[in-house]
Amino acid sequence: MDELRKRAKELLEAGTVKVVIGYENGSAGKTRALFARNAAEADKLIFDSRCIMNLAAYLTKTEVKGIGKMAITAPLPAMRAIIQLASEFQVSDDKLMVLGLTPDAKMLEFKSLSEVEEYVHKSAIEIEAKYNEKLEKLNGMTPSERWNFWIGELSPCFKCYACRAACPMCYCHKCTVEFNQPQWIPVPSDDLGNLEWHMMRAIHLAGRCVDCDACYNACPLGIPLNLLTKRMLIDAKEYFGGYQPSIKADHLMSTYKPGDKDNFIM
Amino acid sequence: MAEFEPKIVAFVCNWCTYAGADLTGTSRIKYASNVRIVRFPCTGRIDYMLLIKAFDEGADGIIVSGCHPNDCHYTSGNFHARRRWMMFRSLADFMGVDIRRIKFSWVSAAEGAKWADIVNTTVTDIRALGPYTEYRKVSKGNIKEVANG
Amino acid sequence: MKIEKKIIRKDSLEKLFDKLRGSNHEVFAPMTRNGKLSYHPVDKFSEISDGYIQTTQSSKEVSFPRTEKLLDYSKNADGMHVKGIDPEQIPSVILWGVRPCDTMGIGQLSSIFNWDYKDEIYNNRLSKVTVFGFSCNKADEYCFCTSVNGNPGSTEGSDILFTMMGENGDYLAEIISEKGAAAAAAAPELFTEAGNAEKEKYLASVPVKFNREEIHDKLDKYFESPEWVEQSLKCIGCGACAYVCPTCACFDIQDEQHGKSGKRVRCWDSCGFSLFTLHTSGHNPREVQSARWRQRIMHKFSYMPDRLSVYGCTGCGRCSRACPADMNILEHLITIKEAAL
Repeated sequence: MDELRKRAKELLEAGTVKVVIGYENGSAGKTRALFARNAAEADKLIFDSRCIMNLAAYLTKTEVKGIGKMAITAPLPAMRAIIQLASEFQVSDDKLMVLGLTPDAKMLEFKSLSEVEEYVHKSAIEIEAKYNEKLEKLNGMTPSERWNFWIGELSPCFKCYACRAACPMCYCHKCTVEFNQPQWIPVPSDDLGNLEWHMMRAIHLAGRCVDCDACYNACPLGIPLNLLTKRMLIDAKEYFGGYQPSIKADHLMSTYKPGDKDNFIM
Repeated sequence: MAEFEPKIVAFVCNWCTYAGADLTGTSRIKYASNVRIVRFPCTGRIDYMLLIKAFDEGADGIIVSGCHPNDCHYTSGNFHARRRWMMFRSLADFMGVDIRRIKFSWVSAAEGAKWADIVNTTVTDIRALGPYTEYRKVSKGNIKEVANG
Repeated sequence: MKIEKKIIRKDSLEKLFDKLRGSNHEVFAPMTRNGKLSYHPVDKFSEISDGYIQTTQSSKEVSFPRTEKLLDYSKNADGMHVKGIDPEQIPSVILWGVRPCDTMGIGQLSSIFNWDYKDEIYNNRLSKVTVFGFSCNKADEYCFCTSVNGNPGSTEGSDILFTMMGENGDYLAEIISEKGAAAAAAAPELFTEAGNAEKEKYLASVPVKFNREEIHDKLDKYFESPEWVEQSLKCIGCGACAYVCPTCACFDIQDEQHGKSGKRVRCWDSCGFSLFTLHTSGHNPREVQSARWRQRIMHKFSYMPDRLSVYGCTGCGRCSRACPADMNILEHLITIKEAAL
């Protein structure tokens, strides 16, 4: 922690960055985002296993960007999100500095987003075993059983869009659900509205999701909606060899290979 | 009691499948009349939400069809479409949508007979599956008149 | 009606439940799902969760459902037909297991639905609800009912208030209203005289953190403060706080149409959404999150008391518990209280 705080203070005092986005202690033993703008605030920076929020979600927030050049303390999921955001032109070297964090809170300094990408590419996105079990169980059901499962699982959803707000990849100023000419996705939180919202969010994350679980952690009702995005990750691997966030390389869904093989087109 | 006649919506590209369907007609090939065709410049224009809307509005089955790979009028629209269909079909199946009711095909402007075949096969298959009541139950509304739980 | 004090044994609660459920009442009570507590219709007493400090969702669903059909419409050859919902279909409901902060919130929510227009559907639903409040034996750091003129044993808004007297003890039942008396009359044998039983010593201790009138007066001069930006930097702009809040009433109205017929539906909305105030012209008066956060606080602590003579916050703390970004409302209110002007 000392190393991180020291570096943050240096960057702020030298004016290299105007804000360091990190974690601090919050309510009831949880953690929350910190926007440190001076040495005193930088002293509050922490990082431990309680820090599950993906801070990269703040990098596209107008009010945060408006502060000036940003530094962000980023564990691996956030680093992946940052590279994906960079590949979508939402962040760049002149606007962002990354202070990487290993799981045991060691700080990694990167001179550029390309260096962050190098680090990110050292490990593939792997779905945790406990989720693989749940996914296997679902795969073993009949479609009708899966339908009933999802209608049921999604029925508590009240469309608060916390999942969307917490996801670093959901940064559209006007989300697909906010279009009303026509209203593609029903607004009310009934069976249809819930099903179509979560289906659309998942498909819009195909090839972009970095498996950070921010969506699940944000959901006030504990709905396992991250199973949908994980399914997209598995499919991406099976059909197209998987993907890594990458600033220069092609995006999974905005590119193609003539050799893409389907087994259902007549 | 009248036999169930499925309602099929077909999302097709203008340059290949739509022209192919025209050819089916001018060739006087008889085929099932259950299909309503929606014309797009290219399959690359077809959004996921369009397919879902078809089920919302009461379709029992959907056909999505365009130019063969390498023959797209806009060079690569159908390649993008193929990727989208692969991912979307998998997600839809994962969520329990009956993907037997969504058929994808490549039908060129010269394949009038193939179009008739695709439509006839689809109508036969969907007729056997019956109306898509599962989706209808959810889309026609279960907004309760009493407090929600 | 003067409050009647009775005792009901802990194991008699189930019998009371069975009697009421059997007499054609729906019972809405907290159930746990995915580790979160929300109010649902329950069939068996065993389905009810207890031992919690506060539920995740509020009980406002019972009078203000998250999704509610208002009317059906269809266009035929002979014109437009509109059919409202049949209020007779709305069942009688026992709302079981609501905290005193929530019961206080019922009046606050009702004031919004009876302000310039009397919302008949809302009022109809509420008129059929009998409220079984349960006092708080425990509180946590998120609770602040005592700072907004509430208290863990308040009878305000309940038809019967149950207070557990000691760990796994019997309950003091305060029968407060005619509705409460009617409900208790379903099983009069379960209620015995209370004698000198007092609830105070069993109630949770909730230290007072601020005075709501002071917050109100401060807010009058606080509108232009740069603090709103500071407070709302970490807000991610979802609707979790508004949806779990017992007094938040913002709603959207949608027409869901298929062909020539459809239904008009009311559903929850949140002032925290970025496009909540977007005009058709493209102008958005609350374009930044700080303006939306300010609106939330001012609505509850300034605009509502000024216009409706009730405050819009019950100190239940749900918003803080549900917030994915940990925007602790109590902390923010204390910041406002302590801010120099």
